[in-house]
Amino acid sequence: MTTIDTHATSAAPAGAGLASVADWVTTTDHKKIGRMYLGASGLSMLGAVVVAALLAFERTDATGTALPVASITQLFSVYRFGLTYMVMLPLMIGAALCVVPLQLGARSLAFPRLAATGFWAWFVGSVLAIVSIAANGGPNGGNARFVDLFTLATVLALLGLLASVVSLGTSILTTRAPGMNMRRVPWFSWSVLVMCVTVLVALPVVIGTLLYVFVAHRYPSLSDLNGNRAIGEWAGFGFSQPTTILFAIPVFGVLADTVATSTHARLKPRGAIFAAIALIGTAMYGAAVQAPVVIRAGFSSLSGNEKVSDLLPFAIVHVLPLLGAFLALALTAQGLKRKPTVNAPLVFGLFAAQLALLGVAASALGNIGDAGLAGTTFEEGTWLALVYAAVLAGMGAVAFWGPKLWGRSMPLKATLPLALLGFGGAVLASVPMMIAGFADQPGAVFPAVERGVPGAVLFDYSGPSELWNFLSLGGHLLVLLTALAFIALALRSFTKGEQVGDDPWDGQTLEWATTSPAPEHNFAAIHVVQSPEPLLDLKPSNRSDA
Amino acid sequence: MLALPSAPAPAPRRQVLVGTALVVAAAASLVGGMTALFLRFRSVAIDNGELWVPKDVKFSMVGANVMWITLLPLCIFAQWAVYAAKRGDRAHTGVALGLSGLMALAFINAQAFIYATTKMPVNLGTYSVMFYALTGVVLLLAIVGLGFTIAAAFRYLGGRTSDREVVSAHALYWYAFATVFTVVWFVVYVTK
Repeated sequence: MTTIDTHATSAAPAGAGLASVADWVTTTDHKKIGRMYLGASGLSMLGAVVVAALLAFERTDATGTALPVASITQLFSVYRFGLTYMVMLPLMIGAALCVVPLQLGARSLAFPRLAATGFWAWFVGSVLAIVSIAANGGPNGGNARFVDLFTLATVLALLGLLASVVSLGTSILTTRAPGMNMRRVPWFSWSVLVMCVTVLVALPVVIGTLLYVFVAHRYPSLSDLNGNRAIGEWAGFGFSQPTTILFAIPVFGVLADTVATSTHARLKPRGAIFAAIALIGTAMYGAAVQAPVVIRAGFSSLSGNEKVSDLLPFAIVHVLPLLGAFLALALTAQGLKRKPTVNAPLVFGLFAAQLALLGVAASALGNIGDAGLAGTTFEEGTWLALVYAAVLAGMGAVAFWGPKLWGRSMPLKATLPLALLGFGGAVLASVPMMIAGFADQPGAVFPAVERGVPGAVLFDYSGPSELWNFLSLGGHLLVLLTALAFIALALRSFTKGEQVGDDPWDGQTLEWATTSPAPEHNFAAIHVVQSPEPLLDLKPSNRSDA
Repeated sequence: MLALPSAPAPAPRRQVLVGTALVVAAAASLVGGMTALFLRFRSVAIDNGELWVPKDVKFSMVGANVMWITLLPLCIFAQWAVYAAKRGDRAHTGVALGLSGLMALAFINAQAFIYATTKMPVNLGTYSVMFYALTGVVLLLAIVGLGFTIAAAFRYLGGRTSDREVVSAHALYWYAFATVFTVVWFVVYVTK
C-alpha cells in the first residue's frame, strides 16, 4: 500500500488526438521517454528479427541464393545495425529511463529534455540509416550519397543514445533519495550506471571512427579509410564484441532485482555482486582500442615478453568481464536457495543472464588465435547470444516493472511460456552459429564482397554447416514468434489487463512505494532511505534475514 | 501501512557539474579515439617509408601555437569567473566570462587561419582526411565551449547569481578542452 498521493498528470485526456501526440512528442516525463524507447525498439525488433530469419533462410539454400543477390548486402547491414543500435542498446536505455528515477526515489530525471532530445535524435538517425541502406547505401552500398547518409545517420543515432546515457548517468549520481549512498543503489540502477560509464567511453570512439570514414568517403581520395567497405573495416568494432558486451550489462541488474524480489529476502553479498557487475565493464577497453584484442595463433611458440603483451590486454578485455559475468550470475543465483516465488520476470532474467554469460565466454574464446575462429560465424553466434540476452532481459523488465508504468500486469500463465520459448529460440539462433564457426563457416561483421560475387554475402552452404544453419533459422523464427506474442500480450495486458496494487511483487525498493501507475512526478513526498531495501525494512514478516 | 520516513526535497547535487563531467569524458574519448587512429595510420605510413605529411603541405606553426597559448589564459579567466562568482562579484564574473569568450573566439580564429593558409584539399590522401576530421571535431568542441560561455554569462548576468554551479561547470569544460587540445596540438602540429 502506498503512503503518498497521486499527482494529477499533465497528460492530455484520452482521445484528445493532436494534443495527446504533442504531449508525447514534447514530454519531459522520464516514463514516457522510456516507453517511447521501448515501443520503438520493440517495433524495430520485429523488423530486425524478420531480416535475421531471411538471412538465416538464405544460408540454408545450398544450391544458390534464395534472396536477390543485390539485396543480401543491404539486409546484412540492416541485421547488424538494427539488432545492435535499434534494439539492444535502446531497449536497455528505455527500460532504464522508465525505472531508474523511480528506484532512486527521484521526482524526475536529470536533464529530461536532453534525454528526450536523445530519443528523437536516435529515432530520426535510425530511420535515416535504414532508409539509406534501402537506397543502396550503408556498408558496401553502391550509392555514394546514401553511403554518406548512412554514416552520418549512424553518428546521429549514436549521439542520441549518448545524450540519453548522460541523462541517466547524471540521475544516478545526483538524484538519489536522502540516505541512498552508492552502496544502497538498487541492483538495476547500479548495472545501468556501469553501462552508462562504459558506453560513454566506448561509443564516442565508434563515432570518431565513423567521422573519419565519412570525411574519407565524402571527399574521395586514395585514403585507406575510403570506400564503402571502410565502415565495416574500421567501425565494425562498434557492431561487435566486446562493445556489445557493454550494452548487455543491465541484464545482470534485471536478474538481481527479480531474484531479490522473488525471494523476499536481502540479496547478498551486495558488495561482491556490485563489483562483479562493474568488472564486466572492463570490456570497454576493448572497444576503446578499436582493434581485436587477441591471443595470437602459435601462442606457445612466442617469447616470454610476447606472451605477456598478449595475455595482459586479453585478461583486461576478455577474462575480467567473463569473471564478472560469472560471479554476477553465480552470486545472484545463490539467492535462489531461499525458495523464490516463480514468476515470469525472474525466469526471463535467469535465461537472459545465462545467455549473456555465454556471449561473454564465447567472446573470449573467439579471440584466442589457436582456436581458429577468427572470420567465422562464431563471432555472429556470440553477438546473437548477447543481443538476445538483452532482448529477453528487456521483456523481463517490461513484465516486472510494467505494472508501475501502466497499473496493470501481464498474466503469469501466458508470459512464462514466452520466456521458455524466447530462450529456446535465442539458444537455437546463436549456438549453431558458434558450432558452424568451428566448422569454418565464414562470417563477417559486415559482409565481404570482394570474393567474386559483387554485392553478395558469401555464405558457405556445404558440409556440416547446413544443419547448423537450419537450426539457426528455427531459432530466429522462435524468437520472432516470442517477440510477436510478447508485444501482443503486453499491449492487451497493459490496456485491458488486470489492475494491480501499488506493490504487486512485494518489492523491496522505492519504485514500489508509489502508486501504480506512477504519477508524473513519481513521489508526493521524498523518502529517506536507511538500507538498500527500504520497503523490506517495513515488512516485519520479511526481516528474518536482516 | 508502509510508511517510509519522508524528508524535504534535497538540495540539487551539482547536476550541471556532474553532467558536464560526463559530457567531457565522452568528448575526451571521442578525440582520444580519433587521435589514436591518427597515430596508427601515421605509424604505418612511416614504417612503410612513405611520407605522412604530403610534401607541399606547410602549416602555420604560429597559428597552432596561438591556439595552444590562448587556452592558458582561457582557463585562468574561467577560474577567475568561478572565484568571483563564489564571492558574489557580478562585475568580475562578467569580465572573466567575457574574456573567456574572447579567448575562445581567438582559438576559433586561429584554427580558421590555419585552414586558410594551409590550403590543403581534403581529398589529398589519408593525412588530409584525418587532419580535417580531427581538427574539425576539436573546432566543433571549441564552438560548443563558446556557446557554453555565452550561456553561462547570460544566466549569471541575467540575475541568477546563486547559480554558481554553471560557472564551475563552464570552467571544468575548458580545463578538459585545454587538456584534450594539448594532446592534439602535440600530435598533429608538433610531432606531425
